[in-house]
Amino acid sequence: MSILVVAEQLVGVWNRVSWEAVAAAQQIGKELGAPVEAVVVGKAGDLAGKQFEKVYEIEHSLVEKYTPDGYSKALRQLIEKRAPYLTIFPHTYQVRDYGPKLATSLGRVLVSDAVGHRVEEGRLTFVRQLFQGKISCDVEFVGEPPYFASIQAGAYRADQIQVGTSPVETFAPDISASDIRTKPLDLFRESERAVDLTAAAIIVSVGRGIKEAENIPIVQKLADALGAELAASRPICDNGWLPMERQVGSSGQTVAPKMYVAVGISGAIQHLVGMKASKVIVAINKDPEAPIFEVADYGIVGDLFQVVPALVEAIKKAKG
Amino acid sequence: MKIIVSIKQAPARDSPLRIDSAGTWINENDLSFEINEPDAYALEAGLQLKEKNGGEVIALCAGPERAAQTIREALAKGADRAIHIQEENLQALDPLGVARLMAKAIEPEKPDLILTGLQSDDLGYGQTGVILAELLGLPHATIIMQVEVKDGSILVKRELEDGWFQHVEMPLPALLTIQSGISKLRYATLMGIKKAKTKEIKKLTAAELGVAVEPAIKVSRVYIPSRTKQAQIFDGAPQEAAAKLVEKLKFEARVL
Repeated sequence: MSILVVAEQLVGVWNRVSWEAVAAAQQIGKELGAPVEAVVVGKAGDLAGKQFEKVYEIEHSLVEKYTPDGYSKALRQLIEKRAPYLTIFPHTYQVRDYGPKLATSLGRVLVSDAVGHRVEEGRLTFVRQLFQGKISCDVEFVGEPPYFASIQAGAYRADQIQVGTSPVETFAPDISASDIRTKPLDLFRESERAVDLTAAAIIVSVGRGIKEAENIPIVQKLADALGAELAASRPICDNGWLPMERQVGSSGQTVAPKMYVAVGISGAIQHLVGMKASKVIVAINKDPEAPIFEVADYGIVGDLFQVVPALVEAIKKAKG
Repeated sequence: MKIIVSIKQAPARDSPLRIDSAGTWINENDLSFEINEPDAYALEAGLQLKEKNGGEVIALCAGPERAAQTIREALAKGADRAIHIQEENLQALDPLGVARLMAKAIEPEKPDLILTGLQSDDLGYGQTGVILAELLGLPHATIIMQVEVKDGSILVKRELEDGWFQHVEMPLPALLTIQSGISKLRYATLMGIKKAKTKEIKKLTAAELGVAVEPAIKVSRVYIPSRTKQAQIFDGAPQEAAAKLVEKLKFEARVL
């Protein structure tokens, strides 16, 4: 009974959630008394410096560019060969693209976006979030392994990884060109980022609660009073109310300022992963059950259209 | 071009959520339901593709009787007809079980393109589309921002992480999951609402589709998460709450 963890790179850069998935795999392996192996498509690099029974490098000209067909076939062959009890993935966009396909091809279901786990009497349970983090649930596997789970960004701590020197082995999957039905073209970026939110000491961020583009100046005044950069959650940038480069979250920038003020942001998981490492988090929201209050240090439950102007006045007074 | 858009009905955002007495789901009695928001973007993408390239949009929904309301709204927005897999207890199935039902309903339609939302606002597995593609033996791509139809194939723009994008070409038939927020959602017109009343809704049940499978995963308990961090909440009049917050930010957190 072993555990396999899948690490991931994008344009030669390790996806940091990979390391959190490694930490999760090592922790679960310890609790289940199961050896842990790792796999990456491409070169093992830093992965070989963590403690594993073995690290597999998948090598094939047909997986040099990512395709769901190529990756799921290659990984399925390794899983069939090694027969791991559990395969753990980082919950990345790429895993969302091929993970469910791979599990389905083996008649199994991926427990996606898990935020934690428990082992009780040798029985493994994963914890997931429902309703965008407002509710949690325990999920158990039914039937025989192999089992599959993907780990949400920030759910495990990469600094708890056990380091070591692991043997590396090449795995050459059997894939032919006809297996791959999609044709991936080159990766590109839309524009260079002019605003570097990661350098801001204070960020005031605005979400759906602002209701209309015309109301943005209300939060801009708060940002000005605090000497902060203005940022936003995804829906605001999608609507074009603020430029995309000011978006915080899984598809935008990841920030950790001295203070993060979330105004009218409910705190969907995709937003939280981009800001929860901030030192002080302040939330202003009308819904006392909003998940943003789960990560906040200070909060005001109320109508932002009344609270924010009052806060601007109070800050001006405090700063003299 | 025949397009099937998979839609789901979910509790309205900002619904007050309470755990049911068995602790295995939420109490649905006092909730209002609406189209799962990410699916509204898939429907919009489907309607736009039809307007540009011609063809037909079929809304496919698995859900209990109440989901009929969401289906009628999709028809009012412009879907040509609908398929309702009516099951009161989909909770007993896992994502693979639900997708198997949907795949069975899709097969005889032989669509050119299947669209789904990115994920559901309630369960949030984010897997239905990809599982469906595998069950139907179709190529797929996820988190799609743009779709360009060519002769027998499509060129799509995928969103990746960290500001990266990628174009992908694939043959039809294919399945795409659509990124939320990529377009402005249309409202149903009065004429659309009238027309919807005459449009076909084909009803199917799990028994008719003949899919009986044991789930591979099971939700054993549903609960309110325990807070890892206890926020200090200030209430009262806005001025009062603001003054208390500023006091804390200045003298406790020392960030002002």
